[in-house]
Amino acid sequence: MSLLELKNVSKIYGELHALDHVNIKVEKGEWLAIMGPSGSGKSTMMNIIGALDRATEGEILLDGEDIAKKSEKALTNIRRDKIGLIFQQFHLVSYLTAVENVMLSQYYHSVPDEKEALEALERVGLKDRAKHYPSQLSGGEQQRVCVARALINYPEIILADEPTGNLDEANEEIVVELFRKLHQEGTTLIVVTHNPEVAEVAQRTIVLRNGKVDHETINENFTGKIKHITLM
Amino acid sequence: MKKRQMYIRMITASLLRRRSRMLIALLAIAIGAAILSGLVTIYTDVPRQLSMQFRSYGANMILTAQEGQLTQEDVDSAIALIPSDKLVGAAPYRYETVRINDRPVLAAATDLESAEKTSPFWKVDGEWPAASGEIMVGAGVAETYNLKAGKKLTCTFAPETGSDGNEDEVVMDNYKDFTVTGILDTGGNEEDYVYMSREDLAELTGIETTYSVCEFSISGTSDELKVIAEKINGSVDGVSARLVKRVTQSEDTVLGKLQSLVLLVTIVVLALTMICVATTMTAVVAERRKEIGLRKALGASNRSIVGEFMGEGVVLGAAGGLIGSLLGFIFAQVISMNVFNSSISLMPWLIPVTILAAVVVTGAACMIPIRSAVDIDPALVLKGE
Ligand SMILES: Nc1ncnc2c1ncn2[C@@H]1O[C@H](COP(=O)(O)OP(=O)(O)O)[C@@H](O)[C@H]1O
Ligand SMILES: [Mg+2]
Repeated sequence: MSLLELKNVSKIYGELHALDHVNIKVEKGEWLAIMGPSGSGKSTMMNIIGALDRATEGEILLDGEDIAKKSEKALTNIRRDKIGLIFQQFHLVSYLTAVENVMLSQYYHSVPDEKEALEALERVGLKDRAKHYPSQLSGGEQQRVCVARALINYPEIILADEPTGNLDEANEEIVVELFRKLHQEGTTLIVVTHNPEVAEVAQRTIVLRNGKVDHETINENFTGKIKHITLM
Repeated sequence: MKKRQMYIRMITASLLRRRSRMLIALLAIAIGAAILSGLVTIYTDVPRQLSMQFRSYGANMILTAQEGQLTQEDVDSAIALIPSDKLVGAAPYRYETVRINDRPVLAAATDLESAEKTSPFWKVDGEWPAASGEIMVGAGVAETYNLKAGKKLTCTFAPETGSDGNEDEVVMDNYKDFTVTGILDTGGNEEDYVYMSREDLAELTGIETTYSVCEFSISGTSDELKVIAEKINGSVDGVSARLVKRVTQSEDTVLGKLQSLVLLVTIVVLALTMICVATTMTAVVAERRKEIGLRKALGASNRSIVGEFMGEGVVLGAAGGLIGSLLGFIFAQVISMNVFNSSISLMPWLIPVTILAAVVVTGAACMIPIRSAVDIDPALVLKGE
């Protein structure tokens, strides 16, 4: 049984089919990249997988359970227990420090544990920035706090919607490296990206177009390491 | 770390980091609470202040004998029935016709110290008599005899000689010398009297002191006064206690009007405070749409969201209430000093009551903004722009 399976999932806004009969399977521990032009439905799909939004039709099987028919409250619990989210705009709470932002995730999940939160920050290389506020951190550092926040509760899937969209190359590399480590530890990753370099490091890439799965590529020589294409 | 610790850390951080906006809400709550607690203080204290104030309009209970004159015993038994902390003064009056320069003048004898309390509005040019041989004369009398404070006069009194008109019988008039201490100016018929102590009149007339009337000044509502009057009428034989209606009733009218005024102002102030807090909280929720969306994305239940915003509201309300209750006391003190010219004492119970009221009002004002916070769709607000 796949960890996640989308069966004929559609999301319709009036006339617009943001997702149009999408079928996807994601195995446990897999690292999947989603690509596609702007407006192709990538974020819509991520929101539906992340239990933030509902599909208009179709089944979304997570651990074999169809979350499409669950109540609002059950969806909240799924987000809390099974999903780790990373956004392009970071979305850190401005008045909480880095470590408090990580603890916020623990707070809703179970019990805040400062020691564990500091360990998570250490993993993303930000132990010495724990008491800094988001405004005192660079974009790359903020996104690393978000990675720490997403991994702190050991979610079944980490969903990252253009996580490196606002980062420079160096920080992009750091974040991808963090993903590689998470993947090695067995975390299931779905990463939306515009950047082929970021997609290439994943095991598989699904390309969406007009709300449909356009094609799928398997990365034969998967290493999880980013290879910069140098233009001659 | 406990969950509660994190909760407290979050709401304090949120309040402190949003200082400028929160200060406005805090100020609104504090001002509302100050007016509220100030008005309650004044309102609670006003009956006391007002009744003291009304006491300066004179006696509010009159005691007379049902037949003939009041005895000292009657007066003492009536006084015994009045709670001592309510009794401002009791002035028994005895009137006799005496003669000054062979012309008749009405002399009033009373407990001068009490009379000064029951008739505080009397204007005396000079001093009230304090010792034997001192006399206060009404302005009319003073004019007739050309008297001033410090002048001396002699009063004579002709004892009753029986009515058989025996002209042979020689009766010596009693007489006593007095020093004028003050001239009484009331604008009323008191100006045609002279005032002396009971002892002096008794000495002058040689008659044991009885009284035609006793004036009481008692602080209390008209209901309390009614109870006292009934008690006196019921348990002292041969006397009749009556309330001076005009004074006691106008006191009640003023209190009643004041009560509706306080109620009205309170409602207006509470409404304004609520509007201000609701506006601030609405702006706060609008500012924090993304944060609320994020919290929901992290798995915050609606209850948690409500709890966090309510927590901020409660802290804000409690802080505003505390500041307000202290400001309110100052406000009440200033008003009391200006209007009644007397200070009021702090009512400690009012502080928790004000804080509670501020918390309740703030909580109510937060309802609508919090509802809109709960309705935020995380997928929508977390979208990039
Ligand atoms: N809440 C919404 N209401 C209406 N249309 C929407 C809404 N969200 C997304 N869309 C539309 O759905 C399509 C897919 O959007 P999105 O999933 O955000 O694309 P992507 O992330 O691939 O750029 C777009 O055409 C977008 O305008
Ligand atoms: Mg998108």
